[in-house]
Amino acid sequence: MGTITLKTRDGSVHEIEAREGVPIMELIRDAGIDELAAMCGGCLSCATCHVYIDHLPEGAELPGLGRDEDDLLDGSDWRRPESRLSCQIPFSSSLSRIALTIAPED
Amino acid sequence: MERFDCVIVGAGHGGAQAAQALRQNGFEGSVAMIGDETELPYDRPSLSKDYLAGKKPFERLRLRPEAFWAERGIALRLGRRVVSVDPAARALGCDDGSTIEYRHLIWATGGVPRRLTCAGHDHPAVQYLRSRADSDRMIAALPGIRRVVIVGGGYIGLEAAAVLRELGKAVTLVEAQERVLARVAAEPVSRFCEAEHRAQGVQVLLGTGVEEIAGAEGGGCTVRLSDGRDCPADLVVVGIGILPEIGPLAEAGARARDGIEVDAFCRTSLPDVWCIGDCAILRDGPGIRIESVQNANDQAATVAKAICGRPEPYAATPWFWSNQYDLKLQTVGLNLGHDATVLRGDPAGRTFSLVYLREGVVIAADCINAAKDFVQARKLIEAGCHVPADLLKDPERPLRELLEVV
Ligand SMILES: Cc1cc2nc3c(=O)[nH]c(=O)nc-3n(C[C@H](O)[C@H](O)[C@H](O)COP(=O)(O)OP(=O)(O)OC[C@H]3O[C@@H](n4cnc5c(N)ncnc54)[C@H](O)[C@@H]3O)c2cc1C
Ligand code: FES
Repeated sequence: MGTITLKTRDGSVHEIEAREGVPIMELIRDAGIDELAAMCGGCLSCATCHVYIDHLPEGAELPGLGRDEDDLLDGSDWRRPESRLSCQIPFSSSLSRIALTIAPED
Repeated sequence: MERFDCVIVGAGHGGAQAAQALRQNGFEGSVAMIGDETELPYDRPSLSKDYLAGKKPFERLRLRPEAFWAERGIALRLGRRVVSVDPAARALGCDDGSTIEYRHLIWATGGVPRRLTCAGHDHPAVQYLRSRADSDRMIAALPGIRRVVIVGGGYIGLEAAAVLRELGKAVTLVEAQERVLARVAAEPVSRFCEAEHRAQGVQVLLGTGVEEIAGAEGGGCTVRLSDGRDCPADLVVVGIGILPEIGPLAEAGARARDGIEVDAFCRTSLPDVWCIGDCAILRDGPGIRIESVQNANDQAATVAKAICGRPEPYAATPWFWSNQYDLKLQTVGLNLGHDATVLRGDPAGRTFSLVYLREGVVIAADCINAAKDFVQARKLIEAGCHVPADLLKDPERPLRELLEVV
């Protein structure tokens, strides 16, 4: 268990409850935030679950950026160094209090 | 009798996205979504992938949490089927005898699997894959199943074959055409997929039809093939396409062919009646229905904008994905009417793309384990530019660079 701080496109900030092992895309979706299309359902085929990692808790580490994830992100006009696909990051307690922003829609 | 400003029929990908997009676009009227499945909207593609494989529980397939719909003021009428449409009275008749009136109607009913018609087609071993109920029936039967015959070498048949092989079943795939994916891809992609399935131990029978499903002692059946062969099976999975669910709307007079005809704003020929997703066919489009999550979602957005008074014609680039074993297939564009193909990379290396051209213009690409080509081909397609084949075929040369060359 833990929490995620999420900034949506309208600028509002949400505290989301997080469950161990669940991809961050699903946590955002299950919190009732409708800005992530996540069209492929999390199977790394669409890049419509694009977020920016604004802040990583002390000592926390994200899973590495995979080749496909990197390639899919490259298709976005909004890619930044802190870009990730949220379906590729399973939540773990060490990530509690991670802060994210939903990237603009392509 | 209930009345809503917008009634959506079908609580699948298109319906769910339409409801949500209406609210995102500021629609303040009442909204209801009627669906004949009893489930909240869920991710249908997983039915032949992670859900069938037992890798994802159903709860993780929900497109939105339950509370979402009430919070957005979207009334759900699930487990109810619309059986008639009265466009003059703007009223829908449902199978439970209820009537629901609308101001706007969005028809998003998808399709039903095309059924086998041969003798024995109703044998209990014969199953289809379109809904959660279909998948659950199959999953429940799996422990007692050893031999599976899959009828149809399209995406669903191939995905089911992959999952069932991974679960250790003996799988035979029967395809009437001379290659798998014949309807959607060109030969090199078909041959590659066929070879992958064979390497995984699937028996692939091409140019072969099913003549009869005969009952067998002990529960299973015998699938009699057009070449005279008998294939014993405990389960027969049929994936031979869908028929659009257009009955009530077509009977109400909406112009239809192999789908409800819509204009670029997804408007039907009936007043204030819209149609999206698998059951819609663009009047001035490619001439086929597009069956994909992308199409359902993007058409939902098109309708929502039009209803909210900000119409924008549907112009999204189509894309699609399929997962089989460790293969990721991604398609972008529509290859209809292509007159040339260019292979980028070597299928033997299991990373390659097939680029489709029409009169020298890139119109589509099938990308196998090649996400980079998938995103970059999209830009080439959207730019609509001529690209020389010899540049396209060099896999070391990113497609993106070709945008600058031409
Ligand atoms: C097993 C499987 C795997 C797939 N894999 C992929 C994939 O990998 N990628 C991809 O892009 N697409 C895939 N698809 C296709 C994709 O799921 C569809 O294109 C998409 O669901 C279309 O959305 P839709 O809203 O038009 O129809 P649906 O999602 O089918 O929703 C229609 C809903 O309306 C209901 N309905 C029908 N008639 C009535 C009525 N008269 N009254 C009330 N309710 C009614 C139906 O029961 C259904 O719940 C797959 C489909 C299947 C079945
Ligand atoms: S949901 Fe499609 S890539 Fe993340």
